[in-house]
Amino acid sequence: MSNLIRLMNGEASVVADEWQTVALPASNEVERKQAGKVVLFKLTGENSVSAEQIAATVIPANGKILVPLSVWLARKDELLGRLNTGELGVWLHTHETLDTLLASVDSLDKFPIIAVFVERFADGRIFSLGTLLRTRHGFKNELRAFGDVLRDQLFFLKRSGFTSYLIRADRSAEDALKSLKDFTEPYQGAADNPVPVFKRYSRSNA
Amino acid sequence: MYKYDKLDQQIVDERVAQYRDQTRRFLAGELTEDEFRPLRLQNGLYIQRYAPMLRIAVPYGMLSSKQLRKLGDIAKRYDKGYGHFSTRQNLQLNWPKLEDSPDILAELATVEMHAIQTSGNCVRNITTDQFAGIAPDEVIDPRAMAEILRQWSTFHPEFALLPRKFKIAVSGTKQDRAVVQAHDIGLEFYTDTNNKLAIRVWVGGGLGRTPILGSMIREHLEWQHALTYCEAIIRVYNLHGRRDNIFKARIKILVKALGADEFRDQVEAEWAHLKDSPNTITEAELKRVDKYFEPMPYEKLPAHNASFDAAIASSPAFASWVKRCVHPHKQPGYRAVTLSLKPTGIAPGDATTEQMHAVADLADEYSFGELRVSHEQNLILADVKLSDLFALWEKARKHGLATPNIGLLTDIICCPGGDFCSLANAKSIPIAQAIQEQFDNLDYLHDIGDIEINISGCMNGCGHHSVGHIGILGVDKDGSEWYQVSIGGKQGNDASLGAVIGPSFAAEEMPGVVQRLIDVYIAERTPEEHFIDTVRRLGVAPFKAYVYAEKEVSHV
Repeated sequence: MSNLIRLMNGEASVVADEWQTVALPASNEVERKQAGKVVLFKLTGENSVSAEQIAATVIPANGKILVPLSVWLARKDELLGRLNTGELGVWLHTHETLDTLLASVDSLDKFPIIAVFVERFADGRIFSLGTLLRTRHGFKNELRAFGDVLRDQLFFLKRSGFTSYLIRADRSAEDALKSLKDFTEPYQGAADNPVPVFKRYSRSNA
Repeated sequence: MYKYDKLDQQIVDERVAQYRDQTRRFLAGELTEDEFRPLRLQNGLYIQRYAPMLRIAVPYGMLSSKQLRKLGDIAKRYDKGYGHFSTRQNLQLNWPKLEDSPDILAELATVEMHAIQTSGNCVRNITTDQFAGIAPDEVIDPRAMAEILRQWSTFHPEFALLPRKFKIAVSGTKQDRAVVQAHDIGLEFYTDTNNKLAIRVWVGGGLGRTPILGSMIREHLEWQHALTYCEAIIRVYNLHGRRDNIFKARIKILVKALGADEFRDQVEAEWAHLKDSPNTITEAELKRVDKYFEPMPYEKLPAHNASFDAAIASSPAFASWVKRCVHPHKQPGYRAVTLSLKPTGIAPGDATTEQMHAVADLADEYSFGELRVSHEQNLILADVKLSDLFALWEKARKHGLATPNIGLLTDIICCPGGDFCSLANAKSIPIAQAIQEQFDNLDYLHDIGDIEINISGCMNGCGHHSVGHIGILGVDKDGSEWYQVSIGGKQGNDASLGAVIGPSFAAEEMPGVVQRLIDVYIAERTPEEHFIDTVRRLGVAPFKAYVYAEKEVSHV
């Protein structure tokens, strides 16, 4: 049973997942830790994916594939054919930036899908990444959240421009559907609807 | 004050339904503790030492009498008959049940209130000057902009899960009373040379573990761009702020790590894309919201009132209350009144249900049915006629709300501390009480004059200890409670952070330590100096020498 929610023309439903997500192999390198958590933020400038990992990533020979950004960048020649047949999408970590992705294609819309992997649901960088992809870079195709994706973040994901949500495997996607409708009329403009409430309605004084 | 329309009401009603379902799922075991935590926090619910604590939003400190009555009712029905006004101008209930919290929120929604984003890693309650709209030194009434910011920040999807909490303050006066330099973003409104409303933008200030004053990253921002500029700032922070270490996660750490110039450049680069985007505020929207903050229908009164003057002359107790608790007003014949929530023996900022009801009545009778909460944890009636002050004072006295100590040593800012808070290293309320008891002579208090003592039970600094003239910080040493003392902190335009005077003290030493600091001040002051001035002139050394000289002798 699929755990993928897809938003099409404003209607959300649970649909089959036609994309195979390609994972990076585990790293042998010891991650640099600080205060118990992995240091993965821009200030450190650390490269979180090693060349060995990229080389060892197994890419399925057939079908639609979602590959890690680092693999797409490093193995572009090998993957370009799949992109041209509409069988290739990329996924990013929340700590990755968009500049390399942007530089790798003349238009982001070459990708039928871009996905962002959120390791912990409390990592709100995913919302800024979605917003930037939609509003700054005009990406029009499917934008997917996967990883620790739970129903109580869906409304924010939707507003940040995400149109599909792979709900964490141990939770029900059917239940999660309800939370997309938590609020009817949000205050501020955002990626899904850039117009703030004060421009959508004439709010007269009572 | 601002009144909800259908859209505002719908949002708080939908929030109640959403939170009710989240709580249900948690209690049914469908949500883990870790998953529920950010959800309940963004609704103001902490799990505390003895019970949950619910923090109710009082946007920029404004309350109607109807709302305060409801808060009193809620405190009685769901708590132990009292609430605690906090330094964020909010109201905290210390003993509600988790199971009751959805019902409490539903009751709040009936009076246009909520607990949205009063905690958690999101944009918190917007705060401002408690005298907004009536202060004689006010350039701009910042409340309409505060309300516009409140709406924009409510469930802002991009900033729903920031690295850490995010506090915005707005101010529109010459003398800053909103502590804008101690906030993640401080917006200082002023009128520019073209007579247009403009904003000075401060970023990266904060109290807590690493107290630091903000940096001004923009001298002049046209008001229309307030929201998009904040979006640029918070986006840079959301993407690049540290998430690996909770103690390094505030925006101040990012600003410091990058340097204010580099941070500004990144914000400006981001804003270049956001400028004039749809969240740009329109003239019509500012006008619409501003209408709710128009001046009250004041009577035209002379600047003086004979009965008031006579009461001052005949009642020294009234005169001393007026001196401390009554404040100037834009409108001739009117004054603002602080009702002190700091009588000796009561936790600073606490009010009982009866007191909340009494204040609501006083607001109806004397101040157009509105009141404010100050970040000094007192209640303010903003629009009282001179001729009503004596009657108001007599009634306030009956309810223990007229302690004439505003701005004096016993008007202590204090967090709930180890008696309630699970973060605290040490108790803070008993320290405040012991100090209040040490200085229980009013004449002496008036002689000491203006001084601010701020007490926090831990590094998080909810009691704003680092900007206290005397700051007291609870620390944990080998499992016992100690208190570190700093002097020379100050809020306001000439804000400064206090310097620690030396090794920490045991709880029972604290009243004596404060006494010795005051002794040095009394001995050294020039006639016009307040405590803070003397500290600034002399530095820490003479205070330190006297406090610790005594300590060494007593330990021999």
